[in-house]
Amino acid sequence: METPFPGADIHKPLSKAEVSIESSRCLYCYDAPCMNACPSHIDIPGFIWQIADGNVKGAARTILESNAMGASCARVCPVSELCEGACVYHHDDTPIRIGDLQRYATDHVRETGEQIFAAGPETGKKVAIIGGGPAGLSTARDLRRFGHAVTIFDAHEELGGLNTYGIVPFRLATDVALWEAKQVTDMGVTVLANTRVGTDVRMEDLVRDFDAVVIACGMGGVPSLMIEGEERAWDALDFIERAKTGKPLQGELGDHVAVIGAGNTAIDALTCAKRLGVERVTCYYRRGEESMTAYDFEYEFAKQEGIEFRLFCAPVKIDDDGLHLVKTKLEHGRLHTIPGTEFVEKVSTVISAIGQGRLLETLEGLGVAVDDGVVRVDEHMNTTRKGVFATGDVIYAKGQREAMVVEAAQQGKIAAKAIEAYLMPDRQPAPPAPLPKLTPAGHSHDRRTITNVTPYPVSAAGPGA
Amino acid sequence: MADLQANLAGIKSPNPFWLASAPPTNSGYQVLRAFEAGWGGVVWKTLGTPITNVTSRFASFTYKNNRMAGMNNIELITDRPLEDNLREIRACKEAFPDRAVVASLMEVCERDAWHELVKRVQEENIDGFELNFGCPHGMSERGMGSAVGQHPDLIEQVAFWVKEVARVPVIVKLTPNITDIRFGARAASKGGADAISMINTINSIMGVDLDTFKPVPQVDGMSSHGGYCGPTVKPIALNMVSDCARDPEVNIPISGIGGVETWKDAVEFLLLGASNVQVCTAAMHHGFAIVKEMIAGLSDYLDSKGMASLDPLVGKSRDTITTWNNLNLNYKLVAEVDQDRCIHCNKCFVACEDAAHQCIDQVLQENGVKNLVVDQEHCVGCNLCMMVCPVDCIEMIEVNTGKAPESWKQRTAALA
Repeated sequence: METPFPGADIHKPLSKAEVSIESSRCLYCYDAPCMNACPSHIDIPGFIWQIADGNVKGAARTILESNAMGASCARVCPVSELCEGACVYHHDDTPIRIGDLQRYATDHVRETGEQIFAAGPETGKKVAIIGGGPAGLSTARDLRRFGHAVTIFDAHEELGGLNTYGIVPFRLATDVALWEAKQVTDMGVTVLANTRVGTDVRMEDLVRDFDAVVIACGMGGVPSLMIEGEERAWDALDFIERAKTGKPLQGELGDHVAVIGAGNTAIDALTCAKRLGVERVTCYYRRGEESMTAYDFEYEFAKQEGIEFRLFCAPVKIDDDGLHLVKTKLEHGRLHTIPGTEFVEKVSTVISAIGQGRLLETLEGLGVAVDDGVVRVDEHMNTTRKGVFATGDVIYAKGQREAMVVEAAQQGKIAAKAIEAYLMPDRQPAPPAPLPKLTPAGHSHDRRTITNVTPYPVSAAGPGA
Repeated sequence: MADLQANLAGIKSPNPFWLASAPPTNSGYQVLRAFEAGWGGVVWKTLGTPITNVTSRFASFTYKNNRMAGMNNIELITDRPLEDNLREIRACKEAFPDRAVVASLMEVCERDAWHELVKRVQEENIDGFELNFGCPHGMSERGMGSAVGQHPDLIEQVAFWVKEVARVPVIVKLTPNITDIRFGARAASKGGADAISMINTINSIMGVDLDTFKPVPQVDGMSSHGGYCGPTVKPIALNMVSDCARDPEVNIPISGIGGVETWKDAVEFLLLGASNVQVCTAAMHHGFAIVKEMIAGLSDYLDSKGMASLDPLVGKSRDTITTWNNLNLNYKLVAEVDQDRCIHCNKCFVACEDAAHQCIDQVLQENGVKNLVVDQEHCVGCNLCMMVCPVDCIEMIEVNTGKAPESWKQRTAALA
């Protein structure tokens, strides 16, 4: 898949010298804040120590052990909100470039072509996974390590889901997403590509033929704008997919592209259009900066790319004259349109990026409880149907979970563990035997454990003073 | 502006920073560059019968991202004819008459040989001799260098022979590759040496290449032990300088050598009793220009302490070093964490928990932050937490134990 973008990959890999400096700079914190901030709990101080030690393959293993999507997360994770934001150097100094070091380690094994993980001894159990995106692949990887047979059903030609099709290539190159998928499939996974559950195969057949089923089909396309002429607007995800795979676009982009919405997909569509050579690219958003769901660094990046932002204006209609908008204002937290402020922007193309819709039709046929398009799960990713699990964006609900690759990877890990416990109750590891209770040498009493009681009194003069 | 002039047994230099006898003082060309940069003196690369060197010769001890935290070498003494060296010594001394030029010498242990070498070299306008009894590799296998320095009787004998004919001060350079350096120092003093310099390099093998299975530095796949030096040897050198400075039987001035890279390192040597310092690895790593900050920093330091010269500095801390059994058993320090400056890396916690006395607690605060709080009742005041803290937010605080000072010596004496 050729990328049409000049100067692809906005982010340069670290040089050897930078790797040496960054890895040596890491303090190797204990109970490390970066690790605690990582949704997939990668042993960050551990893998950085390994890099500093020259064991780059070991570092990659540490990363991928916790996160099967470690290579793509190194590129697309909002690190300033997660690990790097939590780095103890964050306030007085520059945080360690954790994402870039993670990329260095995973790039290393990508280049050497090594297979890091092997499948476990076959158990004879079979699991069907609906959707081969980050959540499905992560589940598949760990299920293979447990030794269960895995079949992935995916609607696309290639695996990887949004990593392969939905994230602009200058943030996440296709070959990275495909390498990550191949690391999983090379462990012995049956892949049924271009296969849609509900139309090409029936859920009931899966439940009958497999010992467990995982729903990891993510979300759907961009929902309706609910305005006149909305059929003229392009779906942002469809646009990015076409641009990334080199398929023909929906039409001519022209000289002024308008993108409706201000989330991360909107930023991707905006910057993608700009890099395709469009002279003017403008974001239209009905609220202000503080309400944008795009990460701050994404917003900054878009501005640096030369994207215009028109805030507090809502689309009204799309017709031959262009995009009709009306100005809006916030009053007591509620958004109002301001009558008499309608205006027309003579744009050549309108792209809608107002979020992702739900795959309601697909979900309806699965026989699991669905709340507003979100599959209901417990903390072990069990749906309401026995033997059926769900992970990834299909369980993403505002205020509950984040729609991030790293979250999907983590949920896949949890699901695989839960499926293993479900399928193989007899081989679950026994809890470790309790250790003998010893008091630290010289202490007159037991250690105080971590509590939320008033801090231990500290006096400059010391005890007894 | 303080006067930085140093005086080692009558050898004067405008500042206490000398280049040690080593690759940086191999030729007049280099020494002129050093003097131009501001070095107060040089000890010329050891003169003697020219040798043949091997390649390679040096190896670095790299710690994390820090190259040459230590280094070793298997280079020998000068490989150039004596007359060439002497001609260049003459030129350097003429160009910079205010700087100290000391000739390092090495010879077989024969009176006539030493007499001949000393007499020939002092025909030039040199400021002193340094007898190389320290070189631990190659030359020692031929009965010279540390082979002499490991025998106090030989040190005394050779020093005596040299003093019979020398008209300038004689420094004896000692090897650290012995059980107790004071024995060599006393022998030098007894033989009539005017000063001692220490330490020469430490026997070392720098490492083995994990892929080729060959040692480093390698010579056609083989190696031999070399001499270790650089920043990481400073504590060993300070201890030996301190031992000799406090020993009444030594009682001659000391030129401090071993890991000096900054003026602060130099001040430590002076405080423990050295009259000047010699530098090699730092110059090999960074070039001669480092002396500029050594001079500027030392000058500013003396000004800040209200000291007009080096004299009040030399030996000022000498008597703060004693033997362990004289230390006060009733003195108590405890650690305290400045919560405002703590960055919560928890390094102090795990250091204390795993390797010390389990006296730091992670105490969860209402804001969700776990503060690191010292259990001062059980804290033994070992310093480890303070040492591992990357932001220096842990202070060791003195606690009044209410007990009179008592050393082990006093305690055991009272029991006897």
